[in-house]
Amino acid sequence: MTDPAVETRSLTRRFGDLTAVRDLTLRIAPGEVFGLLGPNGSGKTTTIRMLCGLLEPSGGTARVAGVEVTEAPEAIKQRIGYMAQQVGLYEDLTVGENLDFYGGIYGLKHAARGARLAEVVAFLNLESRLDQLAGHLSGGWKQRLALGCALLHRPNVLFLDEPTAGVDPAARRNFWQAIYGIAAQGTTVLLTTHYMDEAERCQRLAMLSRGHLIALGTSTEVAAQVGGKTLEDAFILLQERDER
Amino acid sequence: MMPRFWPMFRKEFIQMRRDRLTLALMIGVPVIQLLMFGYAIQTDVRNLPTVVLDESRTPESRHLIHAFENTGNFRIVAQVDGRPALDAAFARGDAQAGIVVPADYPRDLLRGTTATVQIIVDASDPMSSQAALAAAAGVAQIRNLAILSAAAGRATLPLEARVRPRYNPGLRTAVYIVPGLVGVVLTMTMVIITAIAIARERERGTLEQLIVTPITKTELMLGKIAPYVGVGLVQMTAVLVLGRFVFAVPLTGSIWLLYGISIVFVVANLSLGLFISTLAQTQQQAMQMSFFLMLPSILLSGFMFPRQAMPLFFQWVGLALPLTHFLKVLRGILLKGVGLEALWPEVLVLTGFAVGLIGLAVSRFHKTLD
Ligand SMILES: Nc1ncnc2c1ncn2[C@@H]1O[C@H](COP(=O)(O)OP(=O)(O)OP(=O)(O)O)[C@@H](O)[C@H]1O
Ligand SMILES: [Mg+2]
Repeated sequence: MTDPAVETRSLTRRFGDLTAVRDLTLRIAPGEVFGLLGPNGSGKTTTIRMLCGLLEPSGGTARVAGVEVTEAPEAIKQRIGYMAQQVGLYEDLTVGENLDFYGGIYGLKHAARGARLAEVVAFLNLESRLDQLAGHLSGGWKQRLALGCALLHRPNVLFLDEPTAGVDPAARRNFWQAIYGIAAQGTTVLLTTHYMDEAERCQRLAMLSRGHLIALGTSTEVAAQVGGKTLEDAFILLQERDER
Repeated sequence: MMPRFWPMFRKEFIQMRRDRLTLALMIGVPVIQLLMFGYAIQTDVRNLPTVVLDESRTPESRHLIHAFENTGNFRIVAQVDGRPALDAAFARGDAQAGIVVPADYPRDLLRGTTATVQIIVDASDPMSSQAALAAAAGVAQIRNLAILSAAAGRATLPLEARVRPRYNPGLRTAVYIVPGLVGVVLTMTMVIITAIAIARERERGTLEQLIVTPITKTELMLGKIAPYVGVGLVQMTAVLVLGRFVFAVPLTGSIWLLYGISIVFVVANLSLGLFISTLAQTQQQAMQMSFFLMLPSILLSGFMFPRQAMPLFFQWVGLALPLTHFLKVLRGILLKGVGLEALWPEVLVLTGFAVGLIGLAVSRFHKTLD
């Protein structure tokens, strides 16, 4: 087996008394589309933030793209792409300017930058929007632009935190086509979602509940492990258990 | 070196250009401040409304009252008949000064005993009362000398002190306010603009996106402040040009030296703003902290109140403010025409502020969300 793209061992994060992520151990293979599923507050965002070096783990270790995150948090930055739950676009810049900015920040040199920008723009069908202010885009286009910004530097691992929240079904389908396209080029995709149909599109899933990993595998395996016929049953069971 | 500085700089520049309101404020604030300070604020108080209670009504008393009027500090608005009317004029605010000449004034003069005249000032307004007191003392002194000389049989006064105010011969307020105003305007706007810059990115969620990129802290900080150095210089130019053509404030020394040192001062203030923004979580907190720091800059730097008159402790606090040192540079170059040979200590201190504050901001800033 090749080296995993993402590997965590007993990854833990506490906020005061609250343990947001507890003893999480995961291995994600290169090129895999992996989903993190779980109710609100189950620790999905916290996990991703630790993997990106944005939050210091309280315990355990994480390796991303072959680099130990806590030891070299800056070294992983060039190898990962991240789309935050609250999309962080500059709304007063145009689509083109946002892409150009991130291209520059990721160190793409001038000529290469133009070519790569054109490639990403074509891939995500952003041509017609290039001169529009990002703040004037609708939800679906914003997500797509944010994805573009996270992709420019050809990251090995792409972290997408609820990338399709608040996006209409047609735009979601487009988005998923893009994700499969990215994975086909060998990029590992780790995403979080609340949508069952999306979870079923992931090759493997991890289900979190109150910071614990409670099930791991394909969508049918996960449903069975939690004790529901379908993934949706499993999810609702879990939520009810959490609320008690 | 620092390959990600330029993309950051370009981004900040475009954002700054699109933010029309802020840009308008950046130019509007200095202009309005200049007009306000230049026209409205006069520290040399003239034409104080004055009431006269002349109980003697003689040529001698009228002569004396004329002498007061001739100083230009007193403008006689009414003659009253008695104390109650005088008090009423003060209470209503119609008068800020009163001259009371007692009935026996000419008789005392003639007899050679001490004649008294009462000058009453409204001391609830410190600036005007000071000016009135000084003027009144002056009038009395000159008359004393004249009378004594006449008694001694001299045709001329024994001594006359001629004061020559250098660097501001007309003693005009604008001449000493406008140079200082350059520093005050830069302090007010430059600190705030960067103080909210990082807090704004944090509030909008763009900071999280930015710190997962390979940009270094130094590239981020320098890229953020660099475009505003230009804004600071434009502000300064606006104040200087208006000061020159509206208030005839001279520019005696080297303009290049002035701009050179100003860049250092602007960087120091921008860095102070950055430092604040590493402490603040929200734009509002950043604003409050900037305002908190602004007040001492205006009061203790020597912009309006002379530092020599302050208790030692506050003089030290003043030394910890970049503006205090920059004011010396401004007045030195604009009014006295001095160069680096006189100003090098200030330049060193300002450079220390700039470098130290950037260092502080960079070391306080962390590329994590904790
Ligand atoms: N900075 C923080 N300080 C304190 N508590 C936090 C912080 N960030 C997250 N938490 C808490 O940690 C827990 C997990 O939060 P997290 O954001 O990881 O959940 P999530 O699975 O992403 O939820 P959602 O689906 O709502 O996005 C929550 O109880 C949350 O309140
Ligand atoms: Mg979340």
